[in-house]
Amino acid sequence: MKIHEYQAKELFKKYGVPIPRGKAAFSVAEAKAIGAELNTFPVVVKAQIHAGGRGKGGGVKLAKTAAEVDQYASSILGMTLVTHQTGPEGRLVKKLLVEEGLPIAKELYLSVLPDRATAKIVFMASEAGGMDIEEVAAKTPEKIIKVFIDPLLGFKGFHANELAFGLNLKPEFIKQFNAMVAALYKLCVDCDCSLVEINPLVLTTDNRVIALDGKINFDDNAMYRHKDILEYRDLDEEDPAEVEASKYDLNYIKMPSGNIGNMVNGAGLAMATMDIIQLAGATPANFLDVGGGASAEQVENGFRIILADPAVKGVLINIFGGILRCDRLANGVVDAAKKVGIKIPVVIRMEGTNVEQGREILAKSGLNLITAKDVSDAAQKIAQVAKG
Amino acid sequence: MSIWVDKHTKLVVQGITGKEGQFHTLTCKAYGTNVVAGVTPGKGGQNVEGIPVYNTVAKAVKETGANAAMVFVPPPFCADAILESIEAEIPLIVAITEGIPVMDMLKVKNYLKGSKSRLIGPNCPGIITPGQCKIGIQPGHIHTPGPVGIVSRSGTLTYEAVHQIGSMGIGQSTVIGIGGDPVNGTNFIDCLAAFAADPATKAIIMVGEIGGSAEEDAADFIKANVKKPVVGFIAGLTAPPGRRMGHAGAIISGSSGTAQGKIKAMKAAGIAVVENLGHMGEIAKEAFQKVL
Repeated sequence: MKIHEYQAKELFKKYGVPIPRGKAAFSVAEAKAIGAELNTFPVVVKAQIHAGGRGKGGGVKLAKTAAEVDQYASSILGMTLVTHQTGPEGRLVKKLLVEEGLPIAKELYLSVLPDRATAKIVFMASEAGGMDIEEVAAKTPEKIIKVFIDPLLGFKGFHANELAFGLNLKPEFIKQFNAMVAALYKLCVDCDCSLVEINPLVLTTDNRVIALDGKINFDDNAMYRHKDILEYRDLDEEDPAEVEASKYDLNYIKMPSGNIGNMVNGAGLAMATMDIIQLAGATPANFLDVGGGASAEQVENGFRIILADPAVKGVLINIFGGILRCDRLANGVVDAAKKVGIKIPVVIRMEGTNVEQGREILAKSGLNLITAKDVSDAAQKIAQVAKG
Repeated sequence: MSIWVDKHTKLVVQGITGKEGQFHTLTCKAYGTNVVAGVTPGKGGQNVEGIPVYNTVAKAVKETGANAAMVFVPPPFCADAILESIEAEIPLIVAITEGIPVMDMLKVKNYLKGSKSRLIGPNCPGIITPGQCKIGIQPGHIHTPGPVGIVSRSGTLTYEAVHQIGSMGIGQSTVIGIGGDPVNGTNFIDCLAAFAADPATKAIIMVGEIGGSAEEDAADFIKANVKKPVVGFIAGLTAPPGRRMGHAGAIISGSSGTAQGKIKAMKAAGIAVVENLGHMGEIAKEAFQKVL
């Protein structure tokens, strides 16, 4: 799960990580009021969307007067912000963060996350702050320092020192910096974060260490124990079809500009099925894993969500029946197809337990269902459908 | 021969009285697995179709001599259940449960080091040595004994691989699903090393997917250490970056963890990479011709 910068900063505040003074605004009037309350200039007006690269896209402005706060808030609220992470369709800006500008002496990079390869918690830090960290890692990996922490040991003072001295911090910053990284570690572990990133972390000319930006992602598997963080979920930032699918426990991801829908059991096979569609010369319209059970209700809702996309010309169903018996699945598909009223071709490839009975049910259904004997056959048949 | 499980395996099932746990325990038993005990705290003294249930793993091990555990405990309590089996020094623990928080698994993974246990999974279909022992949720009947070892991050793709080589008349020595989570107990390299050392395994199929660098690491290991022929497949060529594709571990972060990168590494290691899933059986047959 992702949250907004202003929400990340609320969590920073809660854990004692210093942030600039500021507040979230949902209207121009609110932005102006916050600007007045800050009683300082410059004021920074920042678009709040779940994507990076906001500054380059024109979603972050520095206002030197109250009139400029008004002007920038008006222009950013309601704009469609396009960044390298939003895709060409961009994202509608509905929220702003208005905060004080700071006298920046130096920008740093700092992040903390669980590292899957080592099974440790890793801090990454760099003096090359404010830049795309992937680019820094690719071009100048020596500029990134990494400190690994055994979660059974926990965060210790020497870990903080490795980071502070690795960043060549001057003595006046070290005490506050070390307290900050300890707080960030606690935040990361307590809240089951999959990423906490501050880029940039700034050192000010008046010797303060402050999180100028904030990004936090969470482990979806752990959200059951964080009801408070779930309150931060912003459905405006999610695809409506995906929100709908999540209500039925369907693992659905919409793909831009696809023409072949698909429904599969198992995440790996679902990804492979998307790949097969592409290799056959069509484009997958979605990822949809109906799971090991694939109940009739799930199949029906899966159909409904896939078919709501007008670009979809055909649907490929690819099921490897293990525990899930093919005859049961076939009955589910036939019932769902009749209920939903499918008007486009559906190619079905089934394999596994009771496959013969399953195929017979499909053949006798009187529906426009095309059965494929294996994966290659399914790919060819769906390619023909895509060509129309 | 085979790796890690065979006819001598004595299984205890944690979470045996739950709906899923009970169902799959009985299919494992029907397949021929020697299920000696179950554990559900508070239900000690009961039995599941004749399988005695204990309150703790320690007690189950003491009474029955179980040497493998299958874990069906729900996510909030699953890490605890795995740790209990590690403490009971069970040599092989297979965790089927999907949805364990990463922070919990980090602790389990670090605690495993230096212990007497191997953990397979979590979020996996299990391990099977055809004709001898099945621990997990796999459809047992699609497997046949034979010379190919299979290791995979995905459940249904494992079944697909088994089915496709099965259709070519090729059986399996041991088939392992290592699971779709970002932090797992047993990785590709552990399985590859065991297959390389197993005289009954003549050839290997590895099935990977986007996310992390386990496939790249495995490719390096194969290049340096594995003389047996290896066929590989990677799912997720069309997966968009930054999205979790069903499995918690199947996510491209920035430019790392892409299918393209993994395929490139595997090809460089001399692995016969299957580009189109539909051709896995044929490619395996051709690549394994000399050794089978």
